[in-house]
Amino acid sequence: MLRESATFDRATIAEIHRAAQTGIYDIRGAGAKRRLPHFDDLLFLGASVSRYPLEGYRERCDTDVVLGDRFASEPLHLKIPVTIAGMSFGALSAPAKEALGRGASALGTSTTTGDGGMTPEERLHSETLIYQLLPSRYGMNPDDLRRADAIEVVIGQGAKPGGGGMLLGQKISDRVAEMRDLPPGIDQRSACRHPDWTGPDDLEIKIEELREITDWRKPIFVKIGASRTYYDVALAVKAGADVVVLDGMQGGTAASQEVFIEHVGIPILAAIPHAVESLQELGMHRKVQLIVSGGIRSGADVAKALALGADACSIGVAAIHALGDNSPEYAEEYEQLGTAAGFYDDWHEGRDPAGISTQDDELAARLDPELGGRRLANYLRAMVLEAQTLARACGKSHVRNLEPEDLVALTIEAAAMARVPLAGTSWIPGR
Amino acid sequence: MATVLGIEEIDLATTTRRELNARLHQATGGRWRILHPNGGHAVAVGLNAPLDVDIEGHVGYYCAGMNQHATVRVHGNAGVGVAENLMSGTVVVDGHASQSAGATGRGGLLAIKGDASARTGISMKGIDIVVRGSIGHMGAFMAQKGALLVCGDAGEALGDSIYEARLYVRGAVESLGADCVEKEVRDEHRAEIAALLDRAGIADVPAAEFRRYGSARRLYHFHVDNAY
Repeated sequence: MLRESATFDRATIAEIHRAAQTGIYDIRGAGAKRRLPHFDDLLFLGASVSRYPLEGYRERCDTDVVLGDRFASEPLHLKIPVTIAGMSFGALSAPAKEALGRGASALGTSTTTGDGGMTPEERLHSETLIYQLLPSRYGMNPDDLRRADAIEVVIGQGAKPGGGGMLLGQKISDRVAEMRDLPPGIDQRSACRHPDWTGPDDLEIKIEELREITDWRKPIFVKIGASRTYYDVALAVKAGADVVVLDGMQGGTAASQEVFIEHVGIPILAAIPHAVESLQELGMHRKVQLIVSGGIRSGADVAKALALGADACSIGVAAIHALGDNSPEYAEEYEQLGTAAGFYDDWHEGRDPAGISTQDDELAARLDPELGGRRLANYLRAMVLEAQTLARACGKSHVRNLEPEDLVALTIEAAAMARVPLAGTSWIPGR
Repeated sequence: MATVLGIEEIDLATTTRRELNARLHQATGGRWRILHPNGGHAVAVGLNAPLDVDIEGHVGYYCAGMNQHATVRVHGNAGVGVAENLMSGTVVVDGHASQSAGATGRGGLLAIKGDASARTGISMKGIDIVVRGSIGHMGAFMAQKGALLVCGDAGEALGDSIYEARLYVRGAVESLGADCVEKEVRDEHRAEIAALLDRAGIADVPAAEFRRYGSARRLYHFHVDNAY
């Protein structure tokens, strides 16, 4: 009988072989693949005798959200609580960026630039565009700051808190190189620290500078990778953030070391309660909005995140899939790349058959941005309908009225992390 | 606020920084004089017109940050990140500058008449920086484009992880960072050095006394030395 080792399973042995052949760590895209405590480990209780539900299709259940009304004179008013996360032009093709803008705009929500600057295509097709200020500052310029609808100071990313970025040479096309002030074709590194501030006191001054440059009009988001969430959120609020974006370890990346993706940071399920606790203790919950990301896939995930206290969710990997990444349509080509539809994660190599994570003009041309935008819009619509359905079942006339009391956990771990009772009990571990 | 001999004067002892920057953002030109900056942060940031601005005293963080087109002169010392992400125009600091001077700048000229601290020109992307004195450690870290000219000495790890920026140092270099090497000074470099000195108004330093440093380009691709 063949008995596979739980410790040295086939994937582990294959990785040992790969490392022994190459002498370098594995780099890939996407997020953590290991099984983690997640929203699947939570259930909604729904209404019954003790709770009064809303009629599933006809009664009003609102989904809008205001982001950034703490200090900014022009806060964002989004129609749905699902936004598109920052993904760079460079990591993604120009048609993919355009499609994200089209899809988000169709639903009245925002999209976000990424580590590489703002392209005219995404600005043109994004009704609400958030402009990231990253450690690399690639493409950073004050005209785009003023053109943006909000500014997101990126401190960390869920896939790699404490790590910088990379974009391998095969994706540094002439256009990408020009935007980033780099030579074409080189393996580009993005710094892990900002070049002109270190620590929360400096961050406060940096945020003030951004507000001064934009005449206090733009909301300032601060994005952190989920790790020491309680303290990081408190410091972001102290530094003057209008919005905190919290990215769990399931959050995607276009190119990172596997060891980073799988071994650094904490799941979003564990991070949200820390963030909410931090905001509540400061009296800033709902005043500084909380956007969460990292493994958001469905309206159920959105509803559960909102019930735990988030104001909105953000999607990255899911949006890429909605555009057509990993589609069976390209099964043969995935096979030629040594992978399969549903498994493809070599987004750093720039050979994406779906034309999304590539700078190859021929491949990129496969993605019709209008069609991609419609797919994303449909997907967002479905997510929102799902979230509304669940909210109505819990008797809520607005999705943000969902609350921890609506939830139970299927596992002790999830109960402890989410701070909701284990199903069938009144037990919250640690309480 | 007052106009004296055609110069708009704004006294930060009686005017808020918000009022100052808002007025400068609305202006399309002219001469401006800012009094009593008192080490304040984000003074004269985000300017976007050919203004001529004199700041009479010391400034805090990010003075003249993201400047476009304007000329800003600081008649004092400057705090962290002076002229950060400079796009165009000129920023002159009469005194010394703190760390990260000219960080990520994409164009224009930053001239510092005194010394500059750590990380001068970090991630510079096309800015030209001239320092009359010396600079601290990690100067031109991950510098991508543009030129950094130092008339004095440079601290340790100069040019660490440098891309295509050009570094010129007249004095001693404590150490070079990863992938930064000394390179031959050819005629075109001597011409660039002379031009940088001229733009910074430095007439008493010979262009011939500088050495040149740049990227060995060994970090441009991830190497796998033991692959088979």
